[in-house]
Amino acid sequence: MTDKGMPAWAQALPLAAVFVVFFVVPLLLTVMVSFWNYNEYEILPDFTLRNYLEAFEGCGRRLWSAPPELCTTLKTYLTTLRICGMVWLITLLLGFAIAYFLAFHVRSLTMQIVLFLVCTIPFWTSNVIRMISWIPLLGRNGLINQTLQKLHLVEHPVEWLLFSDFAVVLAFVHLYTLFMIVPIFNSMMRIDRALLEAARDAGASGWQTLTNVVVPLSKPGIAIGSIFVLTIVMGDFVTIGVMGGQQIASVGKMINTQMGALQFPPAAAHAVILLGTVLIIIWALTRLIDIRKEL
Amino acid sequence: MGEGRPRSFYWLAALFALFVLFLWGPVLTILLLSFQGPDGGLTFPMNGISTHWFNKLWHDGLPNVDIWSAFARSVRLGVVVMVLTVVLSLLAGLAYRKRFRGADQLLFVVIASLIMPSIVVSLGIGLEFRILDDAVKRYAPAALADGYDTAMGLFTSALGAHLTWTLPFGLLIMFAIFNRFDPRYEEAARDLGATPWQALRHVVLPIIGPSVVGIGLFGFTLSWDEIARTSQAVGYLNTLPLELQGQTTTVTTPVIYALGTLTTAVSLLMIAVALGAILMLRRRQPLASVGAGT
Repeated sequence: MTDKGMPAWAQALPLAAVFVVFFVVPLLLTVMVSFWNYNEYEILPDFTLRNYLEAFEGCGRRLWSAPPELCTTLKTYLTTLRICGMVWLITLLLGFAIAYFLAFHVRSLTMQIVLFLVCTIPFWTSNVIRMISWIPLLGRNGLINQTLQKLHLVEHPVEWLLFSDFAVVLAFVHLYTLFMIVPIFNSMMRIDRALLEAARDAGASGWQTLTNVVVPLSKPGIAIGSIFVLTIVMGDFVTIGVMGGQQIASVGKMINTQMGALQFPPAAAHAVILLGTVLIIIWALTRLIDIRKEL
Repeated sequence: MGEGRPRSFYWLAALFALFVLFLWGPVLTILLLSFQGPDGGLTFPMNGISTHWFNKLWHDGLPNVDIWSAFARSVRLGVVVMVLTVVLSLLAGLAYRKRFRGADQLLFVVIASLIMPSIVVSLGIGLEFRILDDAVKRYAPAALADGYDTAMGLFTSALGAHLTWTLPFGLLIMFAIFNRFDPRYEEAARDLGATPWQALRHVVLPIIGPSVVGIGLFGFTLSWDEIARTSQAVGYLNTLPLELQGQTTTVTTPVIYALGTLTTAVSLLMIAVALGAILMLRRRQPLASVGAGT
Protein backbone atom coordinates (compact mmCIF):
# COMPACT_ATOMS: atom_id res chain seq x y z
CA MET A 1 0.00 0.00 0.00
CA THR A 2 1.32 3.38 -0.93
CA ASP A 3 0.56 6.64 0.81
CA LYS A 4 -3.16 7.21 0.98
CA GLY A 5 -3.44 10.61 2.54
CA MET A 6 -4.86 10.61 6.05
CA PRO A 7 -3.44 7.77 8.14
CA ALA A 8 -5.89 5.01 8.99
CA TRP A 9 -5.67 5.41 12.74
CA ALA A 10 -6.64 9.08 12.43
CA GLN A 11 -9.67 8.13 10.37
CA ALA A 12 -10.78 5.58 12.95
CA LEU A 13 -10.06 7.87 15.89
CA PRO A 14 -13.38 9.80 16.10
CA LEU A 15 -15.40 6.60 16.09
CA ALA A 16 -13.07 4.99 18.60
CA ALA A 17 -13.32 8.05 20.85
CA VAL A 18 -17.12 7.86 20.91
CA PHE A 19 -16.99 4.22 21.97
CA VAL A 20 -14.36 4.86 24.63
CA VAL A 21 -16.30 7.75 26.20
CA PHE A 22 -19.81 6.38 25.87
CA PHE A 23 -19.31 2.63 26.01
CA VAL A 24 -16.02 1.36 27.45
CA VAL A 25 -15.70 3.84 30.32
CA PRO A 26 -19.39 3.55 31.30
CA LEU A 27 -19.06 -0.23 31.40
CA LEU A 28 -15.96 -0.07 33.57
CA LEU A 29 -17.70 2.44 35.86
CA THR A 30 -20.70 0.13 36.13
CA VAL A 31 -18.48 -2.72 37.27
CA MET A 32 -16.69 -0.38 39.68
CA VAL A 33 -19.87 1.11 41.17
CA SER A 34 -21.36 -2.35 41.65
CA PHE A 35 -18.80 -2.71 44.46
CA TRP A 36 -19.54 0.71 45.96
CA ASN A 37 -21.64 1.44 48.98
CA TYR A 38 -24.59 3.83 49.17
CA ASN A 39 -27.00 5.51 51.55
CA GLU A 40 -30.19 7.43 51.00
CA TYR A 41 -28.41 10.52 49.70
CA GLU A 42 -25.33 9.52 47.80
CA ILE A 43 -23.15 6.75 46.47
CA LEU A 44 -19.96 6.09 48.43
CA PRO A 45 -16.69 4.83 46.96
CA ASP A 46 -15.88 1.55 48.69
CA PHE A 47 -15.15 -2.07 48.01
CA THR A 48 -18.03 -4.12 49.30
CA LEU A 49 -19.92 -7.20 48.16
CA ARG A 50 -23.06 -5.77 49.76
CA ASN A 51 -24.92 -5.21 46.47
CA TYR A 52 -24.29 -8.72 45.22
CA LEU A 53 -25.12 -10.30 48.57
CA GLU A 54 -28.32 -8.28 48.86
CA ALA A 55 -29.32 -9.20 45.33
CA PHE A 56 -29.42 -12.86 46.33
CA GLU A 57 -30.35 -12.35 49.97
CA GLY A 58 -32.24 -15.29 51.38
CA CYS A 59 -32.21 -17.12 48.06
CA GLY A 60 -30.35 -20.14 49.38
CA ARG A 61 -32.36 -20.39 52.57
CA ARG A 62 -35.71 -20.19 50.80
CA LEU A 63 -34.65 -22.61 48.10
CA TRP A 64 -33.83 -25.31 50.68
CA SER A 65 -36.83 -24.66 52.86
CA ALA A 66 -39.83 -26.98 52.65
CA PRO A 67 -41.62 -26.37 50.39
CA PRO A 68 -38.85 -24.72 48.33
CA GLU A 69 -39.49 -21.11 47.35
CA LEU A 70 -37.79 -18.73 44.95
CA CYS A 71 -36.49 -15.37 46.08
CA THR A 72 -37.46 -12.28 44.08
CA THR A 73 -34.19 -12.07 42.18
CA LEU A 74 -34.23 -15.68 41.05
CA LYS A 75 -37.90 -15.44 40.20
CA THR A 76 -37.26 -12.35 38.10
CA TYR A 77 -34.39 -14.03 36.28
CA LEU A 78 -36.46 -17.15 35.64
CA THR A 79 -39.35 -15.05 34.27
CA THR A 80 -36.98 -13.18 31.99
CA LEU A 81 -35.29 -16.37 30.83
CA ARG A 82 -38.63 -18.06 30.24
CA ILE A 83 -39.95 -15.19 28.10
CA CYS A 84 -36.58 -15.01 26.37
CA GLY A 85 -36.66 -18.74 25.57
CA MET A 86 -40.18 -18.60 24.16
CA VAL A 87 -39.44 -15.55 22.03
CA TRP A 88 -36.20 -17.11 20.77
CA LEU A 89 -37.87 -20.37 19.79
CA ILE A 90 -40.77 -18.68 17.98
CA THR A 91 -38.69 -16.04 16.19
CA LEU A 92 -36.16 -18.70 15.16
CA LEU A 93 -38.73 -21.08 13.67
CA LEU A 94 -40.76 -18.30 12.08
CA GLY A 95 -37.72 -16.38 10.88
CA PHE A 96 -36.15 -19.52 9.42
CA ALA A 97 -39.34 -20.46 7.58
CA ILE A 98 -39.82 -16.96 6.17
CA ALA A 99 -36.17 -16.66 5.16
CA TYR A 100 -36.33 -20.12 3.56
CA PHE A 101 -39.40 -19.11 1.58
CA LEU A 102 -37.78 -15.89 0.38
CA ALA A 103 -34.43 -17.48 -0.45
CA PHE A 104 -35.48 -20.74 -2.09
CA HIS A 105 -39.08 -20.50 -3.22
CA VAL A 106 -39.17 -16.96 -4.57
CA ARG A 107 -37.27 -17.27 -7.80
CA SER A 108 -36.89 -13.80 -9.24
CA LEU A 109 -34.64 -11.23 -7.61
CA THR A 110 -37.15 -8.41 -8.09
CA MET A 111 -39.84 -10.39 -6.32
CA GLN A 112 -37.42 -11.18 -3.51
CA ILE A 113 -36.64 -7.50 -3.04
CA VAL A 114 -40.32 -6.52 -3.12
CA LEU A 115 -41.35 -9.16 -0.57
CA PHE A 116 -38.37 -8.26 1.57
CA LEU A 117 -39.42 -4.60 1.59
CA VAL A 118 -42.95 -5.64 2.51
CA CYS A 119 -41.45 -7.26 5.63
CA THR A 120 -39.17 -4.36 6.51
CA ILE A 121 -41.44 -1.32 6.11
CA PRO A 122 -43.38 -1.83 9.38
CA PHE A 123 -39.95 -1.93 11.04
CA TRP A 124 -39.67 1.82 10.48
CA THR A 125 -42.61 2.51 12.74
CA SER A 126 -41.71 3.38 16.31
CA ASN A 127 -41.58 0.38 18.65
CA VAL A 128 -43.95 1.91 21.19
CA ILE A 129 -46.48 2.59 18.46
CA ARG A 130 -46.19 -1.00 17.29
CA MET A 131 -46.85 -2.12 20.86
CA ILE A 132 -49.87 0.07 21.52
CA SER A 133 -51.24 -0.87 18.12
CA TRP A 134 -52.14 -4.25 19.68
CA ILE A 135 -54.48 -2.60 22.19
CA PRO A 136 -57.44 -2.11 19.80
CA LEU A 137 -57.03 -5.74 18.74
CA LEU A 138 -56.33 -7.55 22.00
CA GLY A 139 -58.01 -5.30 24.58
CA ARG A 140 -61.03 -6.17 26.67
CA ASN A 141 -63.30 -4.58 24.05
CA GLY A 142 -60.86 -5.21 21.24
CA LEU A 143 -61.53 -6.66 17.84
CA ILE A 144 -60.68 -10.23 18.85
CA ASN A 145 -62.94 -10.21 21.89
CA GLN A 146 -65.75 -8.58 19.89
CA THR A 147 -65.44 -11.29 17.27
CA LEU A 148 -65.25 -14.15 19.77
CA GLN A 149 -68.34 -12.86 21.56
CA LYS A 150 -70.26 -12.32 18.36
CA LEU A 151 -69.54 -15.90 17.33
CA HIS A 152 -70.65 -17.01 20.82
CA LEU A 153 -67.37 -18.79 21.36
CA VAL A 154 -66.96 -17.07 24.72
CA GLU A 155 -69.47 -15.40 27.04
CA HIS A 156 -67.14 -12.93 28.73
CA PRO A 157 -64.21 -11.08 27.18
CA VAL A 158 -60.98 -13.06 27.30
CA GLU A 159 -58.70 -11.23 29.74
CA TRP A 160 -55.32 -12.82 29.10
CA LEU A 161 -54.94 -11.39 25.61
CA LEU A 162 -53.51 -8.09 26.79
CA PHE A 163 -51.18 -7.22 29.69
CA SER A 164 -49.99 -10.80 30.02
CA ASP A 165 -47.07 -13.08 29.16
CA PHE A 166 -48.91 -13.84 25.95
CA ALA A 167 -49.06 -10.18 24.94
CA VAL A 168 -45.37 -9.70 25.80
CA VAL A 169 -44.24 -12.67 23.70
CA LEU A 170 -46.54 -11.65 20.85
CA ALA A 171 -45.13 -8.12 20.83
CA PHE A 172 -41.53 -9.37 20.89
CA VAL A 173 -42.23 -11.69 17.96
CA HIS A 174 -43.90 -8.81 16.16
CA LEU A 175 -40.98 -6.45 16.80
CA TYR A 176 -37.94 -8.66 16.36
CA THR A 177 -38.61 -11.56 13.96
CA LEU A 178 -37.07 -9.36 11.27
CA PHE A 179 -33.75 -9.48 13.15
CA MET A 180 -33.84 -13.24 12.68
CA ILE A 181 -34.98 -13.16 9.04
CA VAL A 182 -32.28 -10.80 7.74
CA PRO A 183 -29.14 -12.73 8.84
CA ILE A 184 -30.63 -16.16 8.07
CA PHE A 185 -31.73 -14.98 4.63
CA ASN A 186 -28.24 -13.57 4.09
CA SER A 187 -26.67 -16.95 4.92
CA MET A 188 -29.13 -18.84 2.76
CA MET A 189 -28.43 -16.64 -0.26
CA ARG A 190 -24.78 -17.70 -0.03
CA ILE A 191 -25.60 -21.40 -0.27
CA ASP A 192 -24.50 -22.76 -3.63
CA ARG A 193 -27.67 -23.97 -5.35
CA ALA A 194 -25.69 -26.83 -6.91
CA LEU A 195 -25.40 -28.38 -3.44
CA LEU A 196 -29.17 -28.71 -3.19
CA GLU A 197 -29.29 -30.33 -6.60
CA ALA A 198 -26.48 -32.69 -5.65
CA ALA A 199 -28.37 -33.68 -2.51
CA ARG A 200 -31.47 -34.40 -4.56
CA ASP A 201 -29.51 -36.37 -7.16
CA ALA A 202 -27.98 -38.42 -4.36
CA GLY A 203 -31.49 -39.36 -3.30
CA ALA A 204 -32.10 -37.07 -0.34
CA SER A 205 -35.70 -36.23 0.49
CA GLY A 206 -36.73 -32.61 0.89
CA TRP A 207 -36.53 -32.94 4.67
CA GLN A 208 -33.09 -34.59 4.53
CA THR A 209 -31.80 -31.79 2.30
CA LEU A 210 -33.15 -29.27 4.77
CA THR A 211 -31.60 -30.83 7.86
CA ASN A 212 -28.31 -31.97 6.30
CA VAL A 213 -27.53 -29.14 3.89
CA VAL A 214 -29.58 -25.98 4.48
CA VAL A 215 -29.61 -25.85 8.27
CA PRO A 216 -25.85 -26.44 8.75
CA LEU A 217 -25.00 -23.86 6.09
CA SER A 218 -27.41 -21.33 7.60
CA LYS A 219 -25.78 -21.67 11.01
CA PRO A 220 -23.95 -18.31 10.95
CA GLY A 221 -27.19 -16.46 10.20
CA ILE A 222 -29.02 -18.42 12.87
CA ALA A 223 -26.31 -17.55 15.39
CA ILE A 224 -26.28 -13.82 14.55
CA GLY A 225 -30.07 -13.57 14.62
CA SER A 226 -30.21 -15.49 17.90
CA ILE A 227 -27.62 -13.23 19.55
CA PHE A 228 -29.63 -10.19 18.51
CA VAL A 229 -32.96 -11.48 19.76
CA LEU A 230 -31.61 -12.99 22.98
CA THR A 231 -29.70 -9.90 24.07
CA ILE A 232 -32.60 -7.57 23.26
CA VAL A 233 -35.11 -9.64 25.18
CA MET A 234 -32.83 -10.30 28.17
CA GLY A 235 -32.29 -6.58 28.82
CA ASP A 236 -35.73 -5.36 27.83
CA PHE A 237 -37.90 -3.26 30.07
CA VAL A 238 -39.97 -1.27 27.58
CA THR A 239 -41.88 -4.06 25.84
CA ILE A 240 -42.36 -6.07 29.01
CA GLY A 241 -43.51 -2.90 30.76
CA VAL A 242 -46.01 -1.74 28.15
CA MET A 243 -47.36 -5.14 27.08
CA GLY A 244 -47.30 -6.61 30.57
CA GLY A 245 -49.23 -3.65 31.95
CA GLN A 246 -46.22 -2.88 34.22
CA GLN A 247 -47.10 -6.04 36.18
CA ILE A 248 -44.41 -8.47 35.00
CA ALA A 249 -40.97 -8.21 36.58
CA SER A 250 -37.96 -8.55 34.28
CA VAL A 251 -34.28 -8.00 34.95
CA GLY A 252 -34.28 -4.84 32.84
CA LYS A 253 -37.29 -3.44 34.66
CA MET A 254 -35.70 -4.19 38.01
CA ILE A 255 -32.57 -2.25 37.02
CA ASN A 256 -34.67 0.58 35.64
CA THR A 257 -36.71 0.81 38.83
CA GLN A 258 -33.59 0.87 41.00
CA MET A 259 -32.10 3.61 38.82
CA GLY A 260 -35.34 5.57 39.21
CA ALA A 261 -34.98 5.25 42.99
CA LEU A 262 -31.37 6.46 42.69
CA GLN A 263 -30.04 3.15 44.05
CA PHE A 264 -27.15 3.09 41.64
CA PRO A 265 -24.84 0.47 43.22
CA PRO A 266 -27.49 -2.29 43.41
CA ALA A 267 -28.61 -1.41 39.88
CA ALA A 268 -25.01 -1.70 38.75
CA ALA A 269 -24.65 -5.07 40.46
CA HIS A 270 -27.73 -6.37 38.67
CA ALA A 271 -26.40 -4.98 35.39
CA VAL A 272 -23.16 -6.92 35.92
CA ILE A 273 -25.08 -10.11 36.68
CA LEU A 274 -27.25 -9.56 33.61
CA LEU A 275 -24.17 -8.96 31.53
CA GLY A 276 -22.60 -12.18 32.78
CA THR A 277 -25.73 -14.13 31.86
CA VAL A 278 -25.85 -12.61 28.40
CA LEU A 279 -22.13 -13.17 27.84
CA ILE A 280 -22.49 -16.87 28.61
CA ILE A 281 -25.29 -17.12 26.05
CA ILE A 282 -23.31 -15.22 23.41
CA TRP A 283 -20.13 -17.17 24.11
CA ALA A 284 -22.02 -20.37 23.40
CA LEU A 285 -23.34 -18.95 20.14
CA THR A 286 -20.16 -17.31 18.82
CA ARG A 287 -18.31 -20.62 18.95
CA LEU A 288 -20.12 -21.10 15.64
CA ILE A 289 -19.17 -18.03 13.64
CA ASP A 290 -16.85 -15.23 12.64
CA ILE A 291 -19.16 -12.23 12.27
CA ARG A 292 -16.98 -10.15 9.98
CA LYS A 293 -16.89 -12.84 7.28
CA GLU A 294 -20.64 -12.77 7.07
CA LEU A 295 -21.01 -9.27 5.63
CA MET B 1 -40.01 -21.43 -14.04
CA GLY B 2 -40.25 -24.82 -15.72
CA GLU B 3 -41.09 -27.34 -13.04
CA GLY B 4 -44.16 -27.28 -10.79
CA ARG B 5 -44.07 -26.03 -7.24
CA PRO B 6 -43.52 -28.54 -4.43
CA ARG B 7 -46.21 -28.76 -1.77
CA SER B 8 -43.98 -27.01 0.77
CA PHE B 9 -44.15 -23.90 -1.41
CA TYR B 10 -47.86 -23.47 -0.77
CA TRP B 11 -47.52 -24.02 2.97
CA LEU B 12 -44.71 -21.52 3.21
CA ALA B 13 -46.48 -19.03 0.96
CA ALA B 14 -49.51 -19.21 3.23
CA LEU B 15 -47.27 -18.74 6.27
CA PHE B 16 -45.61 -15.76 4.62
CA ALA B 17 -48.98 -14.17 3.85
CA LEU B 18 -50.07 -14.64 7.46
CA PHE B 19 -46.79 -13.16 8.67
CA VAL B 20 -47.24 -10.08 6.51
CA LEU B 21 -50.78 -9.69 7.83
CA PHE B 22 -49.39 -10.05 11.37
CA LEU B 23 -46.77 -7.37 10.68
CA TRP B 24 -49.03 -4.87 8.96
CA GLY B 25 -52.39 -5.51 10.64
CA PRO B 26 -51.80 -3.70 13.94
CA VAL B 27 -49.99 -0.78 12.30
CA LEU B 28 -52.79 -0.29 9.80
CA THR B 29 -55.31 -0.53 12.64
CA ILE B 30 -53.64 2.42 14.39
CA LEU B 31 -53.57 4.36 11.16
CA LEU B 32 -57.28 3.76 10.63
CA LEU B 33 -58.29 4.48 14.23
CA SER B 34 -56.39 7.77 14.28
CA PHE B 35 -59.07 9.05 11.89
CA GLN B 36 -61.74 8.05 14.40
CA GLY B 37 -64.70 10.44 14.69
CA PRO B 38 -64.87 12.92 17.61
CA ASP B 39 -67.02 10.54 19.67
CA GLY B 40 -65.01 7.43 18.86
CA GLY B 41 -62.98 5.50 21.38
CA LEU B 42 -59.75 3.51 21.52
CA THR B 43 -61.19 0.47 19.74
CA PHE B 44 -63.51 -0.37 16.92
CA PRO B 45 -66.14 0.40 15.74
CA MET B 46 -65.18 3.56 13.91
CA ASN B 47 -67.53 6.37 14.89
CA GLY B 48 -67.35 8.27 11.64
CA ILE B 49 -64.23 9.51 9.96
CA SER B 50 -62.55 12.78 10.88
CA THR B 51 -59.26 14.52 11.47
CA HIS B 52 -60.55 15.61 14.86
CA TRP B 53 -57.77 13.89 16.83
CA PHE B 54 -55.04 15.37 14.65
CA ASN B 55 -56.55 18.80 15.26
CA LYS B 56 -56.63 18.15 18.96
CA LEU B 57 -53.03 16.94 18.89
CA TRP B 58 -51.97 20.02 16.96
CA HIS B 59 -53.71 22.52 19.25
CA ASP B 60 -53.66 20.88 22.69
CA GLY B 61 -50.90 18.28 22.44
CA LEU B 62 -51.19 15.55 25.05
CA PRO B 63 -52.41 16.12 28.60
CA ASN B 64 -49.54 16.87 31.03
CA VAL B 65 -46.79 16.80 28.42
CA ASP B 66 -45.35 19.37 26.09
CA ILE B 67 -45.37 17.00 23.17
CA TRP B 68 -44.28 19.49 20.53
CA SER B 69 -41.11 20.44 22.39
CA ALA B 70 -40.32 16.75 22.69
CA PHE B 71 -41.04 16.37 18.99
CA ALA B 72 -38.63 19.21 18.15
CA ARG B 73 -35.95 17.79 20.46
CA SER B 74 -36.21 14.38 18.83
CA VAL B 75 -35.93 15.85 15.35
CA ARG B 76 -32.85 17.92 16.27
CA LEU B 77 -31.19 15.01 18.02
CA GLY B 78 -32.05 12.69 15.11
CA VAL B 79 -30.46 15.04 12.59
CA VAL B 80 -27.26 15.44 14.64
CA VAL B 81 -27.05 11.67 15.16
CA MET B 82 -27.60 11.15 11.43
CA VAL B 83 -24.79 13.50 10.40
CA LEU B 84 -22.34 12.12 12.97
CA THR B 85 -23.20 8.52 12.10
CA VAL B 86 -22.53 9.12 8.42
CA VAL B 87 -19.28 11.02 8.93
CA LEU B 88 -17.79 8.78 11.62
CA SER B 89 -18.81 5.52 9.93
CA LEU B 90 -17.47 6.70 6.60
CA LEU B 91 -14.12 7.69 8.10
CA ALA B 92 -13.83 4.46 10.06
CA GLY B 93 -14.93 2.46 7.01
CA LEU B 94 -12.06 4.04 5.05
CA ALA B 95 -9.68 3.23 7.91
CA TYR B 96 -10.67 -0.44 7.86
CA ARG B 97 -9.64 -0.72 4.21
CA LYS B 98 -6.08 -0.29 5.42
CA ARG B 99 -4.38 -1.67 8.46
CA PHE B 100 -4.10 0.12 11.76
CA ARG B 101 -3.17 -0.83 15.27
CA GLY B 102 -6.11 -1.81 17.42
CA ALA B 103 -8.38 -2.50 14.45
CA ASP B 104 -9.49 -5.87 15.83
CA GLN B 105 -10.02 -4.50 19.32
CA LEU B 106 -12.07 -1.59 18.00
CA LEU B 107 -14.25 -3.93 15.95
CA PHE B 108 -14.74 -6.08 19.03
CA VAL B 109 -15.92 -3.04 21.00
CA VAL B 110 -18.27 -1.95 18.21
CA ILE B 111 -19.88 -5.39 17.96
CA ALA B 112 -20.08 -5.56 21.76
CA SER B 113 -21.91 -2.23 21.78
CA LEU B 114 -24.36 -3.55 19.20
CA ILE B 115 -25.35 -6.59 21.20
CA MET B 116 -25.00 -5.16 24.71
CA PRO B 117 -28.37 -5.03 26.49
CA SER B 118 -29.38 -1.39 26.13
CA ILE B 119 -30.27 -0.96 29.79
CA VAL B 120 -26.64 -1.69 30.72
CA VAL B 121 -25.32 0.97 28.33
CA SER B 122 -27.89 3.45 29.56
CA LEU B 123 -27.07 2.78 33.19
CA GLY B 124 -23.34 3.10 32.51
CA ILE B 125 -23.68 6.47 30.81
CA GLY B 126 -26.03 7.66 33.54
CA LEU B 127 -23.47 6.66 36.17
CA GLU B 128 -20.62 8.26 34.25
CA PHE B 129 -22.36 11.62 34.15
CA ARG B 130 -23.46 11.39 37.74
CA ILE B 131 -19.91 10.75 38.90
CA LEU B 132 -18.73 13.59 36.67
CA ASP B 133 -21.34 15.93 38.15
CA ASP B 134 -20.36 14.98 41.71
CA ALA B 135 -16.72 15.54 40.90
CA VAL B 136 -17.35 18.97 39.38
CA LYS B 137 -19.48 20.09 42.32
CA ARG B 138 -16.86 18.90 44.81
CA TYR B 139 -13.53 19.74 43.21
CA ALA B 140 -14.03 22.31 40.47
CA PRO B 141 -13.15 25.96 41.12
CA ALA B 142 -16.07 28.05 42.32
CA ALA B 143 -16.35 29.86 38.99
CA LEU B 144 -17.29 26.57 37.36
CA ALA B 145 -19.10 24.87 40.20
CA ASP B 146 -21.40 27.79 41.04
CA GLY B 147 -24.76 27.28 39.48
CA TYR B 148 -23.57 24.02 37.95
CA ASP B 149 -26.26 21.40 37.85
CA THR B 150 -25.50 18.56 35.50
CA ALA B 151 -23.59 17.84 32.32
CA MET B 152 -26.29 15.40 31.28
CA GLY B 153 -28.41 16.50 28.39
CA LEU B 154 -29.71 15.96 24.92
CA PHE B 155 -26.49 16.74 23.09
CA THR B 156 -24.09 15.21 25.60
CA SER B 157 -25.21 11.98 27.28
CA ALA B 158 -28.24 11.24 25.11
CA LEU B 159 -26.29 11.92 21.92
CA GLY B 160 -23.56 9.55 23.08
CA ALA B 161 -26.11 6.89 23.99
CA HIS B 162 -27.65 7.10 20.53
CA LEU B 163 -24.27 6.90 18.80
CA THR B 164 -23.40 3.66 20.63
CA TRP B 165 -26.48 2.24 18.91
CA THR B 166 -26.29 3.81 15.42
CA LEU B 167 -22.53 3.64 14.79
CA PRO B 168 -22.29 -0.18 14.86
CA PHE B 169 -24.96 -0.33 12.15
CA GLY B 170 -23.16 2.40 10.22
CA LEU B 171 -19.78 0.68 10.39
CA LEU B 172 -21.17 -2.75 9.46
CA ILE B 173 -22.96 -1.23 6.47
CA MET B 174 -19.64 0.42 5.47
CA PHE B 175 -17.98 -3.03 5.58
CA ALA B 176 -20.73 -4.42 3.36
CA ILE B 177 -20.27 -1.49 0.96
CA PHE B 178 -16.49 -1.83 0.68
CA ASN B 179 -16.71 -5.64 0.37
CA ARG B 180 -18.58 -5.03 -2.87
CA PHE B 181 -16.48 -2.06 -3.98
CA ASP B 182 -14.15 -2.63 -6.91
CA PRO B 183 -10.80 -1.06 -5.93
CA ARG B 184 -9.75 -0.88 -9.58
CA TYR B 185 -11.69 2.37 -9.99
CA GLU B 186 -9.61 3.92 -7.29
CA GLU B 187 -6.37 2.49 -8.69
CA ALA B 188 -7.26 3.88 -12.11
CA ALA B 189 -7.78 7.30 -10.57
CA ARG B 190 -4.40 7.10 -8.85
CA ASP B 191 -2.69 5.95 -12.03
CA LEU B 192 -4.10 9.03 -13.72
CA GLY B 193 -2.42 11.14 -11.06
CA ALA B 194 -5.24 11.81 -8.60
CA THR B 195 -4.25 12.66 -5.04
CA PRO B 196 -5.81 10.48 -2.32
CA TRP B 197 -8.30 13.24 -1.59
CA GLN B 198 -9.22 13.63 -5.27
CA ALA B 199 -9.66 9.87 -5.67
CA LEU B 200 -11.93 9.85 -2.64
CA ARG B 201 -13.87 12.94 -3.65
CA HIS B 202 -14.33 12.22 -7.36
CA VAL B 203 -14.27 8.42 -7.54
CA VAL B 204 -14.99 6.61 -4.28
CA LEU B 205 -17.66 8.88 -2.81
CA PRO B 206 -19.79 9.13 -5.97
CA ILE B 207 -19.78 5.33 -6.26
CA ILE B 208 -20.63 4.56 -2.66
CA GLY B 209 -22.79 7.70 -2.23
CA PRO B 210 -26.21 6.02 -2.51
CA SER B 211 -25.31 3.44 0.13
CA VAL B 212 -23.97 6.14 2.42
CA VAL B 213 -27.36 7.83 2.22
CA GLY B 214 -28.73 4.52 3.55
CA ILE B 215 -26.46 4.87 6.60
CA GLY B 216 -27.91 8.33 7.21
CA LEU B 217 -31.42 6.92 7.02
CA PHE B 218 -30.52 4.23 9.54
CA GLY B 219 -28.95 6.84 11.81
CA PHE B 220 -32.00 9.06 11.86
CA THR B 221 -34.67 6.39 12.23
CA LEU B 222 -32.79 4.42 14.89
CA SER B 223 -32.37 7.62 16.88
CA TRP B 224 -35.96 8.70 16.27
CA ASP B 225 -37.29 5.50 17.90
CA GLU B 226 -34.64 4.94 20.55
CA ILE B 227 -35.89 4.45 24.10
CA ALA B 228 -33.88 1.90 26.03
CA ARG B 229 -30.44 3.51 25.76
CA THR B 230 -31.79 7.02 26.20
CA SER B 231 -33.85 6.28 29.29
CA GLN B 232 -31.19 6.86 31.97
CA ALA B 233 -29.02 9.16 29.88
CA VAL B 234 -31.35 11.91 28.78
CA GLY B 235 -31.34 14.35 31.71
CA TYR B 236 -34.42 16.42 32.48
CA LEU B 237 -35.97 16.78 29.06
CA ASN B 238 -37.33 13.66 27.39
CA THR B 239 -37.29 12.71 23.73
CA LEU B 240 -40.55 12.00 21.91
CA PRO B 241 -40.52 8.18 22.19
CA LEU B 242 -39.82 8.44 25.92
CA GLU B 243 -42.78 10.76 26.38
CA LEU B 244 -44.87 8.46 24.25
CA GLN B 245 -43.92 5.44 26.32
CA GLY B 246 -44.96 7.30 29.47
CA GLN B 247 -48.32 8.13 27.92
CA THR B 248 -49.35 4.64 26.80
CA THR B 249 -51.36 3.98 29.93
CA THR B 250 -52.59 7.49 30.78
CA VAL B 251 -53.99 8.69 27.47
CA THR B 252 -57.40 7.18 26.82
CA THR B 253 -58.39 8.89 23.58
CA PRO B 254 -57.39 8.24 19.97
CA VAL B 255 -55.14 11.31 20.18
CA ILE B 256 -52.30 8.90 20.97
CA TYR B 257 -53.02 7.03 17.72
CA ALA B 258 -52.86 10.36 15.88
CA LEU B 259 -49.44 10.89 17.41
CA GLY B 260 -48.47 7.36 16.36
CA THR B 261 -49.56 8.03 12.79
CA LEU B 262 -47.60 11.27 12.84
CA THR B 263 -44.33 9.72 14.05
CA THR B 264 -44.71 6.97 11.46
CA ALA B 265 -45.24 9.63 8.82
CA VAL B 266 -41.94 11.25 9.85
CA SER B 267 -40.13 7.91 9.43
CA LEU B 268 -41.74 7.34 6.04
CA LEU B 269 -40.89 10.89 5.02
CA MET B 270 -37.24 10.21 5.86
CA ILE B 271 -37.33 7.03 3.75
CA ALA B 272 -38.80 9.01 0.86
CA VAL B 273 -36.13 11.71 1.21
CA ALA B 274 -33.40 9.05 1.33
CA LEU B 275 -34.76 7.23 -1.72
CA GLY B 276 -35.00 10.51 -3.57
CA ALA B 277 -31.39 11.32 -2.70
CA ILE B 278 -30.25 7.84 -3.78
CA LEU B 279 -32.05 8.14 -7.13
CA MET B 280 -30.57 11.60 -7.68
CA LEU B 281 -27.05 10.40 -6.90
CA ARG B 282 -27.45 7.43 -9.21
CA ARG B 283 -28.67 9.56 -12.07
CA ARG B 284 -25.79 11.98 -11.71
CA GLN B 285 -23.28 9.15 -11.84
CA PRO B 286 -24.38 6.28 -14.09
CA LEU B 287 -21.36 4.26 -12.96
CA ALA B 288 -22.71 4.16 -9.43
CA SER B 289 -24.96 1.23 -10.19
CA VAL B 290 -21.86 -0.87 -10.88
CA GLY B 291 -20.28 -0.38 -7.49
CA ALA B 292 -23.04 0.03 -4.97
CA GLY B 293 -24.89 -3.19 -4.65
CA THR B 294 -27.09 -2.43 -1.70
